[in-house]
Amino acid sequence: MPGQTAAESPLGAVALPFEPTPGDDPALTPHLPQAIFETHGLHLWYGASQALFDIGLRIAPHRITAFIGPSGCGKSTLLRCFNRLNDLIDDVRVEGRILLDGADLHDGSVDVNVLRSRVGMVFQKSNPFPKSIYDNVAYGPRIHGTRDRATLDERVERSLRGAALWDEVKDRLHQSALGLSGGQQQRLCIARAIAVEPEVILLDEPCSALDPIATAKIEELMLELKQRYTLVIVTHNMQQASRVSDYTAFLYLGRLVEYQETEKLFIHPLKKQTEAYITGRFG
Amino acid sequence: MRGRSTGSRDRLGDGLTSLCAAALALNVVLVLGLLGVLATGGLGAFWQGPLVLLELDDGRRILGEVHDVEPIPEGSPGATRSRLEVGNRDVTGLDFVWVEGPAVTREERPADAVLLERLAYGNFYGFVAEIRHAGDVLATGPDEVWRTLGPLLERKRAEARSIHRLERGEIGRVNHRIEQLRLQTRRVELRDPAGPERAARLAELVGEQEQAQTAYATLALRLATLREAWLGDTLVVETADGVPRELPLGHVVRALRPNRMDGLDKLRLYAARALEFVADEPRESNTEGGIFPAIFGTVLMVFLMSFAVAPFGVLAALYLREYARQGPLVRLVRIAVNNLAGVPSIVFGVFGLGFFVYFVGGSLDRWLAPEALPTPTFGTGGILWASLTLALLTVPVVIVATEEGLAAVPRVVREGSRALGATKFETTWRVVVPAAAPGILTGLILAMARAAGEVAPLMIVGMVKLAPTLPVDGLPPFVHLERKFMHLGFHIYDLGFQSPNVEATKPLVFATALLLIAVVTLMNLMAVSVRNHLRRKYSGSAV
Repeated sequence: MPGQTAAESPLGAVALPFEPTPGDDPALTPHLPQAIFETHGLHLWYGASQALFDIGLRIAPHRITAFIGPSGCGKSTLLRCFNRLNDLIDDVRVEGRILLDGADLHDGSVDVNVLRSRVGMVFQKSNPFPKSIYDNVAYGPRIHGTRDRATLDERVERSLRGAALWDEVKDRLHQSALGLSGGQQQRLCIARAIAVEPEVILLDEPCSALDPIATAKIEELMLELKQRYTLVIVTHNMQQASRVSDYTAFLYLGRLVEYQETEKLFIHPLKKQTEAYITGRFG
Repeated sequence: MRGRSTGSRDRLGDGLTSLCAAALALNVVLVLGLLGVLATGGLGAFWQGPLVLLELDDGRRILGEVHDVEPIPEGSPGATRSRLEVGNRDVTGLDFVWVEGPAVTREERPADAVLLERLAYGNFYGFVAEIRHAGDVLATGPDEVWRTLGPLLERKRAEARSIHRLERGEIGRVNHRIEQLRLQTRRVELRDPAGPERAARLAELVGEQEQAQTAYATLALRLATLREAWLGDTLVVETADGVPRELPLGHVVRALRPNRMDGLDKLRLYAARALEFVADEPRESNTEGGIFPAIFGTVLMVFLMSFAVAPFGVLAALYLREYARQGPLVRLVRIAVNNLAGVPSIVFGVFGLGFFVYFVGGSLDRWLAPEALPTPTFGTGGILWASLTLALLTVPVVIVATEEGLAAVPRVVREGSRALGATKFETTWRVVVPAAAPGILTGLILAMARAAGEVAPLMIVGMVKLAPTLPVDGLPPFVHLERKFMHLGFHIYDLGFQSPNVEATKPLVFATALLLIAVVTLMNLMAVSVRNHLRRKYSGSAV
């Protein structure tokens, strides 16, 4: 949260002084008002093969940051570092630091489940639970201890409204979520993420399985959500990145190649590789 | 060239499709054939045919029901012989006779011919002559006897019911009390230290025992009076050959004049007999009466087995699939589990006998019921041990099906739950297991079907030919899982191969097999409907 100091952070870690890495490369230092996430010298290995090399970037609060790059460039892996979802995979090794509000995510005192309630995630393939629509949205709050029926009702409605789904499902809250269309399912997943009141929402190619109309709805929704949440989106779709995001990072072969204000990156890329990728000459 | 090769590939495909269809058709034909054989053999068991009176060339007169007619082997062409059920086991010793067609000189269907279903010695075929009460003749002649017989039998049935109530009710309770007092005495002798208190307690128990004995004596007297009244009236009958016989009326379950019955009467009789078969207790070493205890035992055992196998199998599969680190050891365990499904069931029976009955049951006896020793309470076969043995037998099925169900839950759904801050445990219990529930139930359905049909291992862990009491009754603690039980599968074997009267029980074998299939089908349908409900609840088709 922008106004929050490290001492108030629920993660309870001590704030570290801001040290920009790798410093003076203009291609990697967009002008950010503030940072909610920072990574410093982040390396990641899946077993013996290295997937991320020396990533240093900062994510601006209440903005949409897009990660683009060809398949296998590590953008999803990087995204999953922010809620430590890579922990679920065997043989993953992380080096370097990731700070949320100045507190290190890999600090021993961090409760990863509390972290994930602050950093929500929406996946490429919509993954509603085999439960009713209501139970899907109420799942997170229930997990985190909300039992009161009225509170849950209110939270479900607010989340579904927040995900622009309420009007479509209010009459069938107790039917299976798997009966929804693809786009509705994805918005349900967004509502489910919102329901735990996170600060950040990570979106991993949320529209790649959707038709253009459903995609437009999600994009519209993202622009609305930006008011209240920080959004980080991984996308294959460069038009989407240029339409919705404020900042764009281009990754290639596990390295951060260029990170700029979106407009700058798409109009005046500083790196040859970036230019080649966004003009479609490879990737 | 290309066109031709495509054509031959098409023909190959068509051939394979027909092969698949043929395989399915063969299966369907076999199943329908089996059901057909069982139905034709079993459903006729309760139908009443006419009684025929045959006069033979050697002067014998035979009254009975024709069961089979077949050509005489190596006889003159067209000559047949018939198998007749003639009953009267107490007179002739044989229930069935073969009669060769050429030997029959006269055949008729006497209207007054009577069939009596009796409590002892099977059916009686003949004619009624008199009804007597304590030596006095109450009625004489076929028609008068028949008119008197109806209400009298009704009364006898009422008397039999009150005798049964007395035996099972009050006398049962007093006997139970006497046994409890004996055990209490033994417990005091075993556990309490010697002293005045112990002596006082023992004296008290002796007093109570005397009271119970007195109560028993009173009841026994009442029972004797009732029995005397019940058996007081007699029916004088004659066989076709004119041999007279005096039967206590109380022993007559049902009196029929089949040759005077019309179709509706016969249908009603059929229904009554079928109901008796399903709802009554067996008599005459299982050859007559019903098979209710066997149905009850089978169903209860399968349910107990399900309650044991479901948590056991599901937890094991959860650990294997969700928690254990996948590696050579887990693969080995999985192979071992799968192989367990191939172990002959009798081996499980032997294991159940050694482990559950002798080890667990024996230990329980020493701990919970030492006063009853050397008579074992738990250390002998019983429905609980049988259920647990079958649970072991069927657990591989549940484990494999559950694992498949768990594996079918996509990783992205689990990650979705974890990304909301749920722990692995919460994810497993709230998302993965409900999603895998239909698969788990499929495993349970297979396990139930297997358990219901299993006989061999049960023979040594508690299944018996005839159990005097059901495992559930009115005496505290109402559910007696240590009791022995009857089972439809074993009943089939018993009727078909162990019966003293195989000819008479043959139709019952079919009927019992049909009933076993019906029971299994019914239980499976219940489980399938639960599964479909879950599927509807969790899948998108229910919009």
